[in-house]
Amino acid sequence: MRCHACILPFQAFPPYTYPPYLSLALFARSARLAFNAIEWGADGIDFVRNVSGSMSNTIEFCEVEKRYGERTVVDRLTFHVRTGECFGLLGPNGAGKTTTLKMLLGIAEPDAGTIALCGKAIPAHARLARQRTGVVPQFDNLDPDFTVSENLLVFGRYFGLSTSKARAMVPGLLEFARLEHKADARVSELSGGMKRRLTLARSLINDPDVLIMDEPTTGLDPQARHLIWERLRSLLARGKTLLLTTHFMEEAERLCDRLCIIDEGRKIAEGAPDELIESEIGCEVIEVYGASPAALRDELTPLAARTEISGETLFCYVNDAGPINARLEGRPGLRYLHRPANLEDVFLRLTGREMQD
Amino acid sequence: MDTHPYRTTAERSDARRTQRLRFALPANATNWISVWRRNYLVWRKLAIASMFGNLADPMIYLFGLGFGLGIMVGQVDGVSYIAFLAAGTVASSVMMSASFEAMYSGFSRMHVQRTWEAIMHTPLTLGDIVVGEIVWAGSKAVLSGFAIVLVAGALGYAHYPSTLFVLPVIALAGVAFASLAMVVTALAPSYDFFMFYQTLVITPMLLLSGVFFPLAKLPEPVRQAALMLPLTHAVELIRPAMLDRPIADAPLHLAVLGAYAVVPFFVCAALFRRRMMR
Repeated sequence: MRCHACILPFQAFPPYTYPPYLSLALFARSARLAFNAIEWGADGIDFVRNVSGSMSNTIEFCEVEKRYGERTVVDRLTFHVRTGECFGLLGPNGAGKTTTLKMLLGIAEPDAGTIALCGKAIPAHARLARQRTGVVPQFDNLDPDFTVSENLLVFGRYFGLSTSKARAMVPGLLEFARLEHKADARVSELSGGMKRRLTLARSLINDPDVLIMDEPTTGLDPQARHLIWERLRSLLARGKTLLLTTHFMEEAERLCDRLCIIDEGRKIAEGAPDELIESEIGCEVIEVYGASPAALRDELTPLAARTEISGETLFCYVNDAGPINARLEGRPGLRYLHRPANLEDVFLRLTGREMQD
Repeated sequence: MDTHPYRTTAERSDARRTQRLRFALPANATNWISVWRRNYLVWRKLAIASMFGNLADPMIYLFGLGFGLGIMVGQVDGVSYIAFLAAGTVASSVMMSASFEAMYSGFSRMHVQRTWEAIMHTPLTLGDIVVGEIVWAGSKAVLSGFAIVLVAGALGYAHYPSTLFVLPVIALAGVAFASLAMVVTALAPSYDFFMFYQTLVITPMLLLSGVFFPLAKLPEPVRQAALMLPLTHAVELIRPAMLDRPIADAPLHLAVLGAYAVVPFFVCAALFRRRMMR
């Protein structure tokens, strides 16, 4: 049987038919490439992209560049966000995170590269993509003249929701944001944490698939910050995709499934937080401060795998913390902290400076 | 994802340049309505105070100048001075309301409250927002113009039914002045900048457009310059309608107002794109 099965194809397609079939296949391939390349207008190209693009990536950001005059703000940045994951862009102030988000939403235009959000090409079909997107900006832009409920209602209308539909969504959103008791309060009466929760609730009025957040907890006290994190985790559990930028490594470590570290517009590392920490550092850290770092470094370098000075602090990377702990214990005027490695150390390793400036 | 390797750098930047302005223009014909409605809902909360502010200034001019100068001046252009001035005041209040709403309130929403940023994160484009703001400022102008028409009518200085023709003219003029003022808003770094427009454009326009005195007596070069101002054409349409006289060159006046409504819109779309979508 197997021999017959082997022979049959060769009988149906004898060798002298190979050149025509091969040339047909080559022609089809070049025709497809030519079809992609011909300018059919944005719709044609994006039809091809929609069909051929991978639907498991909600966000695709490829080789994007942005220049303001001589300054390159975003330098060939590439990352992909899978559906249902939380992706972080981690970097210091001025790294180009906000510019990246503006380009992603189609508000600023890149000088090079391609962007796709929810399967739509940006900026050609940015409007369609924004229909399925919720945005939490860095600085609150709530309407100060409206109450909490009115803010949600008015924002829903921009997405084409009818008044009744938007009004129906409001109680659920207020409950999500723990603002039920503030439904008719003016925005000026809310605390900073409440305003940020309201902004988060407002971004959900159109039930988006993707949530894009620019530094969601900057400027908030720790209690407000933990509440927002807990709300974001519940959104992830509902299957939404999250993209957030931050310069808090704690936020990135807690929330992100994968993250990408950016410095001066360039990607310097990418991966899951614990994998990055493990691969770049892979050991524990002792921070020492209170005395001259250079002198301490001379003393402690033999006891540690690696040492690093940043500002007033000496970082000792150790596999075994015993010797250094013993040496430093009881020394007056010195404070030291023994802790596991974190993303701050990864950034310090990769750039030579601390992330918090 | 390929990056169109077949395109040369020049072709790509040309295509991008035309593409760029497209994203600062309205996406469709109805999106601006949600922006207008948002402004309307805010106004409704403070309606009484806002209308008082819009009406008080023109009323003071109308009664103060109308009666005060009217005693000295007597008949102007065939009617009493206060009747002459009432028609001019309708046009000037339209200009003031539209300009101030587009400048001060528009700047607050754009720059201080960052409301425009919030709206740009929705499926609306920058063009939708600008159209909504311009039509809203025009709506406020219609309201204040109409209120002055009612007062003038109550006092007997507006003829019925010819005054009904004033209403569409008020709407067109409101949108034209709002469009012009939006250009200033697009360029303004702060509230103080609006003083330039007020002192260099609004006040001269107010004095040279036939609001307070007829243009016929002015020297010819000044008259020619006044004919380029939108307020002149608004007055030339409103005054005959209110005084029940035939309107001379109505298509010309309407066309000029229409041009002042449309051309500055494209200018400010480009300026706002440069300001907010870099």
